Amino acid sequence: MTKAVLSLSQVNFRWPGRAGFSLSVPDLIVAEGESVMLLGESGSGKSTLLSLICGTLLPDSGSITLDGTDISALSGGARDRFRAEQTGVIFQQFNLLPFATVSDNIMLPLQFAPQRRKRTHDATREAENLCRALGLPDGTTRAKASALSVGQQQRVAVARALIGHPPLIIADEPTSALDATSQAAFLDLLFGQIGAHKTSLLMVSHDPRLGDRFDRVIRLEDIAEIKRDGQ
Amino acid sequence: MILHLAIASLFARALTVGMTILAIALSVALFLGVEKVRTGAKDSFADTISGTDLIVGARSGSVQLLLYSVFRIGNATNNVTWESYQDIAARSEVDWIVPIALGDSHRQFRVMGTTRGFFEHYKYRQGRSLAVVDGVIMDDLFDTVIGADVAQSLGYKIGDPIVVAHGLASFTEHKDQPFRVSGILEKTGTPVDRTVIVSLEAIEAIHVDWRSGAKIPGQSTPQDVIREMDLTPKAVTAALVGVKSPLQTFSLQRAINEYPQEPLLAVLPGVALQELWSIVGLAETALLAVSGMVVVTALIGMMATIFSSLNERRREMAIYRAMGARPARIIAMLVFEAMLMAAVGALLGVMLVYAVLVIAQPVVDRAFGLWLPIEAPMMRELWVILGVIAAGAIVSLVPALRAYRMSVADGMMVKT
Repeated sequence: MTKAVLSLSQVNFRWPGRAGFSLSVPDLIVAEGESVMLLGESGSGKSTLLSLICGTLLPDSGSITLDGTDISALSGGARDRFRAEQTGVIFQQFNLLPFATVSDNIMLPLQFAPQRRKRTHDATREAENLCRALGLPDGTTRAKASALSVGQQQRVAVARALIGHPPLIIADEPTSALDATSQAAFLDLLFGQIGAHKTSLLMVSHDPRLGDRFDRVIRLEDIAEIKRDGQ
Repeated sequence: MILHLAIASLFARALTVGMTILAIALSVALFLGVEKVRTGAKDSFADTISGTDLIVGARSGSVQLLLYSVFRIGNATNNVTWESYQDIAARSEVDWIVPIALGDSHRQFRVMGTTRGFFEHYKYRQGRSLAVVDGVIMDDLFDTVIGADVAQSLGYKIGDPIVVAHGLASFTEHKDQPFRVSGILEKTGTPVDRTVIVSLEAIEAIHVDWRSGAKIPGQSTPQDVIREMDLTPKAVTAALVGVKSPLQTFSLQRAINEYPQEPLLAVLPGVALQELWSIVGLAETALLAVSGMVVVTALIGMMATIFSSLNERRREMAIYRAMGARPARIIAMLVFEAMLMAAVGALLGVMLVYAVLVIAQPVVDRAFGLWLPIEAPMMRELWVILGVIAAGAIVSLVPALRAYRMSVADGMMVKT
């Protein structure tokens, strides 16, 4: 069996104060180079799970291991830095700092991840290469992020997640703001890039139609137990 | 790079940021302007009389002597006899001595009898001499030289007649001996502007027909007879003294204060001026405090601006967090932005003050006789700028801590 990039075991989390929402994940593993789609309706606890994986939330019990390191054992600052080193994150939309240039946006994670910065010899060149590979027109890197279309912005977000080759890409419904044609094109580009560097992908979506491109499709309700008080 | 992102973020909010900076700039300009006027006024005040080593008068208080002899406020309790004056004038330490005789008035202005030595030795604003803008220094017994304010408010020209009233705010006039305006002095910003200057002999001359403060009924000595009389005064109100060597100032002061024949008082003008400033300077300090509060208000305005921007910037902070920025980074970013706004505002404020000074300096000098020196920015300006930046950092901590809590709660997920 290949090395696990991400593994969750016996994870329990309960929102403090909030009306009794709790999530437990007994076992979830994403292997190196594997692409996993996590299906779940909105409000099903996807965001909570992603926050746990990224380390902005801490589980009450259990362990979350990212590239061999238990993130709950790290201090807050170390966890933030670890997230910067190990993961590239793509949101649904509004991924970019609108006032900054495209290249500033792409190079932003390198600010917080020295190892990714070291792996990227010439960050500006690398940003240009990524933009070209993702089908963005030449000169895009110098444009303001707010001047780009939503589809272009999502591609820039992919470039930002990929720069410095983190082992895991986490995508939270990255195609939800795109139409069907753009969705397909977007996924083509995304898969092209992660295939080239054996990067793992964990993508959350509510749309099962996109599932056939992934190595594995799992439903959130199959791997996690969600409890709400009063239900 | 994080710095240039912060700057880009500020530029993206150019309008509100610009307004905030403008408010800070104006408040800093006001503060420094008030400070300039305050120090200018203080220096002008201290420069009311310079070059004089001692002021001598009848024994009273040093502030009182300064008030009536230099500022023409209040009255002398007593005079200095001509004999004592002569005694002091004859002392070896004395380089020059100028007598002053007060007590009469013209309209709302005081009349001062003195000698030509006054125009030679009275100095203001670091050694500037009185200068006549129109006419000449008095020549004849019944000539007078008037200060700039006197000429302006009464509309006097060279050759105009002046009738001096006996005492202050009095209706008894020395009608028989009218004076003629022979010269008008340049504006000085000192009490000289509000003084009618005549010769010491003239004071004696207009009182020839007077005894113990009242006119002798029916007596009126013609002017040509007066001109023939001995007009040596019997007493003077005060005297300005210059010593030959500054080292002798204190020994002369002691000698005068211990003068056995008559109770006299000699004061150092600088010391007495400082004593007086400690009283009148209070108002200026209050003004400075008020303008300081304007700066605080502008900074609190900046705090409000940062607060109101937090909600629309939640997404921005979530992006930073997702990219691996620590929550502390969010605080640092907001504090840095505030310090940058404060710094730019303070610098603009300093520049504004200098721009206004360059334009206003001659106007203020002409209108108020207040000299506002234009000097290269000094430690004081530097401290004000640093103070504003530090205060900006402190007030921005409040919204920054809120942003910190928000970003800890939001993590990298913001549903907007």
